[in-house]
Amino acid sequence: MSPPVLDVVDLTTEFALRGGGAARAVDGVSFSLARGEIVGLVGESGSGKSVTGFSLMGLIDPPGRVAGGSVRLNGAELAGMDAEGLRARRGREIAMIFQDPVATLNPLLTVGAQMRMALAAHARTPRRAADDRCAAALARVGIPAARDRLAAYPHEFSGGMRQRVAIAIALLHAPSVVIADEPTTALDVSVQAQILVEMRALAAETGLSLIWISHDLAVVSGFASRILVMYAGRVVEQGPAEAVLRAPRHPYTRGLIDSLPAAAKPGEPLRQIPGGAPSLGALPPGCAFAPRCPRAAGACRAAPPVETREGARAWRCLFPLEAGA
Amino acid sequence: MSAPSTPLALFWADFRENRVALAALAMVALIALAAIFAPLIAPQNPYDLATLSLMDARRPPGFVGSGGYVHLLGTDPQGRDLVSAILYGLRISIQIGVAAGAVALTLGATLGVAAAYLGGRLEALIMRAVDLQLSFPPILLALVLSALLGQGRLQLIAALVAAQYAYFARTAYGAASAERRKDYVEAALATPLSGRRVVFRHLLPNCAPPLIVVATVQIANAISLEATLSFLGLGLPVNEPSLGMLIANGFPYMMSGRSWISVYPGVALIVLIVAINLVGDQVRDQFNPRLRR
Amino acid sequence: MSEAFLSVEAVSKTFAPRLSLGERIAAALGAPPAKRPLQAVREVSLEIRRGETLGLVGESGCGKSTLGRMIAGIAAPSAGAVSLDGDPVMRGGRKATTRVQTVFQDPFASLDPRMKVGDAIAEGPVAHGLVAKPQARAYVAGWLDRCGLDPAMADRWPHQFSGGQRQRVAIARALAMQPDLLVCDEPVASLDVSIQAQILNLLMDLRRDLGLTCLFVSHDISIVRHVSDRVAVMYLGRIVELGPAASVLARPAHPYSLGLLESAPRLSLDGRSTFRPIPGDVPSPLAPPPGCAFAPRCSLAQDACRAAPPPLSEVAPERFSACLRADVLTGRPPGQASHMSGA
Repeated sequence: MSPPVLDVVDLTTEFALRGGGAARAVDGVSFSLARGEIVGLVGESGSGKSVTGFSLMGLIDPPGRVAGGSVRLNGAELAGMDAEGLRARRGREIAMIFQDPVATLNPLLTVGAQMRMALAAHARTPRRAADDRCAAALARVGIPAARDRLAAYPHEFSGGMRQRVAIAIALLHAPSVVIADEPTTALDVSVQAQILVEMRALAAETGLSLIWISHDLAVVSGFASRILVMYAGRVVEQGPAEAVLRAPRHPYTRGLIDSLPAAAKPGEPLRQIPGGAPSLGALPPGCAFAPRCPRAAGACRAAPPVETREGARAWRCLFPLEAGA
Repeated sequence: MSAPSTPLALFWADFRENRVALAALAMVALIALAAIFAPLIAPQNPYDLATLSLMDARRPPGFVGSGGYVHLLGTDPQGRDLVSAILYGLRISIQIGVAAGAVALTLGATLGVAAAYLGGRLEALIMRAVDLQLSFPPILLALVLSALLGQGRLQLIAALVAAQYAYFARTAYGAASAERRKDYVEAALATPLSGRRVVFRHLLPNCAPPLIVVATVQIANAISLEATLSFLGLGLPVNEPSLGMLIANGFPYMMSGRSWISVYPGVALIVLIVAINLVGDQVRDQFNPRLRR
Repeated sequence: MSEAFLSVEAVSKTFAPRLSLGERIAAALGAPPAKRPLQAVREVSLEIRRGETLGLVGESGCGKSTLGRMIAGIAAPSAGAVSLDGDPVMRGGRKATTRVQTVFQDPFASLDPRMKVGDAIAEGPVAHGLVAKPQARAYVAGWLDRCGLDPAMADRWPHQFSGGQRQRVAIARALAMQPDLLVCDEPVASLDVSIQAQILNLLMDLRRDLGLTCLFVSHDISIVRHVSDRVAVMYLGRIVELGPAASVLARPAHPYSLGLLESAPRLSLDGRSTFRPIPGDVPSPLAPPPGCAFAPRCSLAQDACRAAPPPLSEVAPERFSACLRADVLTGRPPGQASHMSGA
């Protein structure tokens, strides 16, 4: 097996709190990403899934800081790398797509101008060749008449097309890893389905590795080959998508699956997870999910459970669900 | 200590963290108290012509006058004790500034919120008038009006209100048309609650933050506008000098070594205006969601 | 139509373009209009039966929210009428009844940040004499408890609540008005997944216990399927399909409903999901196609589809579809019909 494109070990990101102390938004996250693999990073708001993405990109600004861990991208260690080195890799080796393309695209510049700028950041290209590359990039993400659309401004595109432009820009330098932070959440399901199908084909064709961050287990379930479930800054469960969804080991994953309307008969009460997510500034000393967990016992409240590994799967739970349950 | 929960308590907790603003607030409070209690603190009633003596006129700071007490900041060309004159002058300036600010706020907020809430022709009419007025420099408007209306406190306040209400109207209109579209206003209308209740219980309280910011700045502006008018001789009658008139009175002597007559009232005016603006800056920062953590 | 509790008759909503002074003068002088009016809802007729939950599903810009707002008495129809038990919901541009109440999508926006939640819940009932002021506290406490919140929370401010708790407050506020019809406009769309189930369960409990009639507006088919008795599918301002939720979503009679169903992400346990996107984009509502609005994206479309918008007609008992070729769909199970919407 070829070495992983991205190898993350014990990544920890903290945000300084106003009254002193720090909140751990990302706490000991470890995973690796193979070439052409799509990993789904699932969690609710405040789970640390977006902060994980930003940490990998080296885009954490004070009062936040990456407090520890190692991130190896194509063999090079990113932790502790200077700003210059990070900038050289950002866009060329690792790129990010955001939920809101409006925030990424400059409304005053044509799409072509913005793409040429993104191109010039890492490579000097003559104008004609640059336009060719940009048009090809747009065409690859399913934008019709790409060559003519280079002269259009962002507002002349629909929401789905705008997100495609943002994706095309992220793919310009053919990065080995793309982090997609809820890129289809704001889009209609029919457009989301179009983009998911296109991205899956792209990963298969070009060997692009994707980290797809989403709150929607259903989106990730049909799309990613592996799933990471985050809760309160920690990856509580990870493994091959099929295995995790069929037989989750962590009670939180089970709860998420069971609370979906599709899991119940129409009209019947849904199986809900009681309570709400804890605040990152005031996490319980033990397992962060313990207060909401039906299986929690005294030991769960003492110290956060360490990761248990079993083949391709891992979980952080003292009382995991049965493998075949 | 329990965590603050009411909006006011939260606001105060944030405000306290900025020491400059806190000091400025203390200064404003001190000046306001000194102005309110001027008759008790001031060694002399500068409006009582009987206590004035031309023998004491234009004396330097530290001079012991015919009243038998020390003139700490000297005296003016009419023989007034400058400490007393400044305290009484501040009293007038603050009274007029606050009164003009309050009336302009009420008038402007009413017009602005009414325009935003009712919409249609009324909205167009009010806001075009406001825009037209905003294109004139306020000082020009105030000058013309006080020249037309003549001297006196009420006339001065009227001139200042006319020069300033448009700022409040614009701000209130902007805030109210943004709030008007929010779901909670829609929820109130969908209950349904009466238009009056929606405006007074929901719309106005939520338009308050920007209006409070504008009000602090505009009170400072009203005070300096009043000082300008008085300096030019258009504001108050000569026998009741406000800060602007005290400065004007000392102006001819500036170059003859008796600078204190203008300088000390000027310093009082500057301190007051700067302090109000510092408080206003902090209030604005706290109300600005983009600067909030 | 004795069962119609709420009836929507040929309702349209047109948003006039905001014209600048120059454009208005130009229009008065006879210049061709630079901006066209946006017709968000086009001649929709609908009824909600007493005690049922009607799901209204569609994508952004289809007009479902606008229709929901007209039924809720928030927006006045440009044409047509909405009435509850025979009485109009709006009169003279103002809401004329308290019997219809609304739960909004975003609980962070729908509660007044400067009003304690207890006061917000009590305000409407006190203003309309449903409860006397001295009894208001106890009344509010009852509704908070009913919605799963500690009655002592009445004295707190909205910013002290989580999203899920705020939505409970918003539901308590709507129900404290003792409505007969509850309009839920995407009530769980802004909530976390683990909280959505809590709120959906609460809504279903309350609906049953209080005998409420509900209009449930959502873009999420799986949620609509779960809570609705009947479902209406909207596309570009019109209802394209209407019928019992179970049968519509198992065997759609309109190609758009089918496409929507197949685009929706489903939890797939084998890790191989079959997203079948609808090709193309939704046409601009400013310039809709002359015939069926879905025809440009539809593989079943014929010339007749492009001539005039097909009417919503009964294709089976209780089932209505605005498709000229509905028979093709109803004749086959969805697995076989799905080739027409392939990527």
